[in-house]
Amino acid sequence: MASLSIDRVTKRFGATEVLHEVSIDIEAGDFLVLVGPSGCGKSTLLNMIAGLTELSGGEIRLADRRIDGLEPKARNIAMVFQSYALYPAMTVEKNIAFPLRMAGMDKAAQAAKVAEVAELLQIGHLLKRKPAALSGGQRQRVAMGRALVRDPRLFLFDEPLSNLDAKLRVDMRTEIKRLHQRLGTTIVYVTHDQVEAMTMATKIAVMEGGAVQQFGTPAEIYDRPANRFVATFMGSPAMNLVKGRVRDGAFVAQGAAAAAAGELRLPLPRGTVPLAEGREIELGLRPEWISTEAGPGSVPFAARVELIEPTGPDIYAMLEAAGQSLVARLPARAGLREKTEAALHLDMAQAVVFDPETGASLMAP
Amino acid sequence: MAADMRRSVQRGVVYLVLVLAAGFFLLPLVAMVFTSLKTMPEITGGAGFETATILSPPRLWSFEAWGLAWSSACIAVACEGLRGYFWNSILLVVFAVSISVALGAVNGYVLSKWRFRGDSIIFGMLLFGCFIPFQIVLIPMARLLGLLDLAGTLGGLVLVHVCYGIPFTTLFFRNFYVTVPDELIAAGRMDGAGFWQIFTIILVPISWPIFVVAIIWQFTNVWNDFLFGASFAGPDTRPLMVALNNLVNTSTGTKAYNVDMAGAMIAALPTMLVYIVGGRYFLRGLTSGAVKG
Repeated sequence: MASLSIDRVTKRFGATEVLHEVSIDIEAGDFLVLVGPSGCGKSTLLNMIAGLTELSGGEIRLADRRIDGLEPKARNIAMVFQSYALYPAMTVEKNIAFPLRMAGMDKAAQAAKVAEVAELLQIGHLLKRKPAALSGGQRQRVAMGRALVRDPRLFLFDEPLSNLDAKLRVDMRTEIKRLHQRLGTTIVYVTHDQVEAMTMATKIAVMEGGAVQQFGTPAEIYDRPANRFVATFMGSPAMNLVKGRVRDGAFVAQGAAAAAAGELRLPLPRGTVPLAEGREIELGLRPEWISTEAGPGSVPFAARVELIEPTGPDIYAMLEAAGQSLVARLPARAGLREKTEAALHLDMAQAVVFDPETGASLMAP
Repeated sequence: MAADMRRSVQRGVVYLVLVLAAGFFLLPLVAMVFTSLKTMPEITGGAGFETATILSPPRLWSFEAWGLAWSSACIAVACEGLRGYFWNSILLVVFAVSISVALGAVNGYVLSKWRFRGDSIIFGMLLFGCFIPFQIVLIPMARLLGLLDLAGTLGGLVLVHVCYGIPFTTLFFRNFYVTVPDELIAAGRMDGAGFWQIFTIILVPISWPIFVVAIIWQFTNVWNDFLFGASFAGPDTRPLMVALNNLVNTSTGTKAYNVDMAGAMIAALPTMLVYIVGGRYFLRGLTSGAVKG
């Protein structure tokens, strides 16, 4: 277990810079999730921590000791791969024991460690099988066993759940989180799935275009997104963005359609930086802040329900309000019907404001 | 019912054609085996054997020709049969095949999993080696063997075959290893395995299909080679194919067709054996792709 410090790390492939001075610090025992769309550089960063890819600039320190430049095996870091990368010719037992064997541990000690890990992951009955005879979930466990067995100072996970079916993915998610709670290990976990990031992380780094867009706890990322990218990437359905202007200290949605259909006028959320009259801004509204019932500080508005997507407990309602398209996440019992008008309420307490040009948040820190 | 009938008739016709074709292709082999088991009067249609043809089964079964071919037929001035040359070929094949396959496997591993600057140029040059005709290198190779003091030795012949085998074995192994996920190598590195440990412990055990392909390919080429054997071997190190030629193309005395055929069969048996034992894996190795799981 160790703290990890990524310090102005840069990666160039030829003339293309794929990571620009990325800096992230986590404490011992943290569960860091690197999340972002494909090609954002998260896997490259993970491979650089692992020692599989060389740095073009910057430093990586593990427990205050510089590790970039060390061979992977000298770093005492374990990794779980997306394809699990189990050794096909070896039994589960030999797969798990492999790192110990490479470290020159004697046979009896190896067997004891393997038994301990197999017990922890409940894979004792699979030890004599070859990987080809295992299901996806079982392979996943074996891959975790192989990582756990040598008590590394840091665990790396590279999209470990993306090859599993939906139900198993949720189960394994819970299991990895439980394992982290129980063992208290430091973890760096790469995923493109924002739900995985929110559910498992103690710290999230949202990445895009080779840079960290925001680094913080899941609550900070979700409630106080640093920019439009983070706001829309995290959360499902995505946050609604409404373009408009500041007028008389309030937000007024813009557009020709808006004028024809009547004005959508909303108070500016508390905590915005001072904004000049007439300034263009973008308002971010999460779908779950729209409700059929009034709450403290909520703003009423009228909308037309265009389409409803039931998900079971909730419905996603596609709304049309003053020429603006909005998505609302409402309880199934809310009783909305398609192609009807509805009276709705918007909780503005957590709404965020962005600069439409740069996408940066205009909320006071 | 009518459709069933038609289908079984169609199937019958297909099988008939297949059996006829197989029989046709087997005729030369049948002729060889029969001739090798006949006595000379029966082969030449002498007294009492006027009706015998090349395809008629032997009336008097005799293994004498096989014995002669193996241990006492005259090749050049020595009348000791093919025996000694057979062992020359075995030794040649064992060393030439094992060395060229082992080097090809390591080359393939490096060229697919440890990429380095200029690796594709090196691979391209190796590939080019596959297309160099034997005849072109005869004289430079003879000079090289002379300089290395290996002219006329078995070691020299092994060297020639290893050089010619490496481009092919490298190609086989490289194309096999590119289908093995890179994550397997990364996992090995994370688990503390080095270059050779990853190769021998992780990759070699899953490479048997391509080992079978490379071994069969190299075995057949080296065993059946005549040109290099005739050019570079000395009197005591001639491989079997050269000796067989000397046996069959002798220009003195009566042609002993039965001994010739027996000699040819002896020369062909090891390759046939290798195909029978490894043929199934050969096909699987040629068609196998990525390693699952």
